[in-house]
Amino acid sequence: MKLQRSSRLALYSVLELASRPDEQLSAADIAAKFDVSLNHLAKVLRDLGRARLVEAVRGAGGGYRFCGNARRTTLKDVVEIFEPITLHDVGGFEPGDKTEFGTSLAVVLGEIDDIALATLDSITLETMLKLTNRLHKQPKG
Amino acid sequence: MTKIDIFHEETGLTIRNAKTNDLARIIELDESSSGINKPDYWQESFRRFGSLQDGRYFLVAEKNNEIEKNQQIEKNREIVGFIIGEIRAWEFGSQPGGWVFSLTVDPGTRLAGVATVMFNTICQCFRQAGVDKVHTMIDRDNITVMAFFRSQGMMAASTIPLQLSLSDMDNAGDLS
Repeated sequence: MKLQRSSRLALYSVLELASRPDEQLSAADIAAKFDVSLNHLAKVLRDLGRARLVEAVRGAGGGYRFCGNARRTTLKDVVEIFEPITLHDVGGFEPGDKTEFGTSLAVVLGEIDDIALATLDSITLETMLKLTNRLHKQPKG
Repeated sequence: MTKIDIFHEETGLTIRNAKTNDLARIIELDESSSGINKPDYWQESFRRFGSLQDGRYFLVAEKNNEIEKNQQIEKNREIVGFIIGEIRAWEFGSQPGGWVFSLTVDPGTRLAGVATVMFNTICQCFRQAGVDKVHTMIDRDNITVMAFFRSQGMMAASTIPLQLSLSDMDNAGDLS
């Protein structure tokens, strides 16, 4: 499974901000860490702001901070702001889809989508932060 | 014999082996979460896993309550959750490992750390028994329970459960 660049950047941004709940980070700091253009990041942060996951703090020392609930917000919640996750039955029919092999293939692809959806829906931002800490504590072999 | 009786100070919970007279409450808790009353199933589960046999764990979480009644404080103990697991070896070729196959928490006591304390306790039992991995299986629509296990660090295993609808098999005739 491959997420669109905006979805990945949104996940990186909310995780970065949620990992430092007492700090405000500038868009420039986040853009530098993830090596993306400030322009693209600004659009992503605006969409995250509309979804009430981040908020801009104005003034000296201002920046962005996480304002959602890391225990309740799942990866699916963030990704869905930027792209549809239910991949099958979306986007109309392709040639061959209505044949006997096309319908069988749709069943198999639907199975993959259902597993991907359940995975994204069961992992909260807090769980991701725990996973990140765990992976980074493990000795590199 | 795997006798467990551990008081967890932070939550005020006692995690201990289930006893015969806990069954009524266990059946009630399961019904409140599954919507199905199945006393025969729980009696059989208790017979199989509640016998303190090595490698089998039927644990309950008990909370001490203080209730004011007639201007006096009455203390009572209430079971607010249970967990069942066992060590299985060489199932589908896998190394011996712990399996958790039932976890229920009183809906009125959720988000109080009950499931976490029970899960940590059963993991400690598995660890002491010498196994290194713990497994479980959940319906992918059961996001609440899956999110809980994920929050404990569980990841997708290398095994994939498969199923076959026997009625589809009958309709299709010989599948071979």
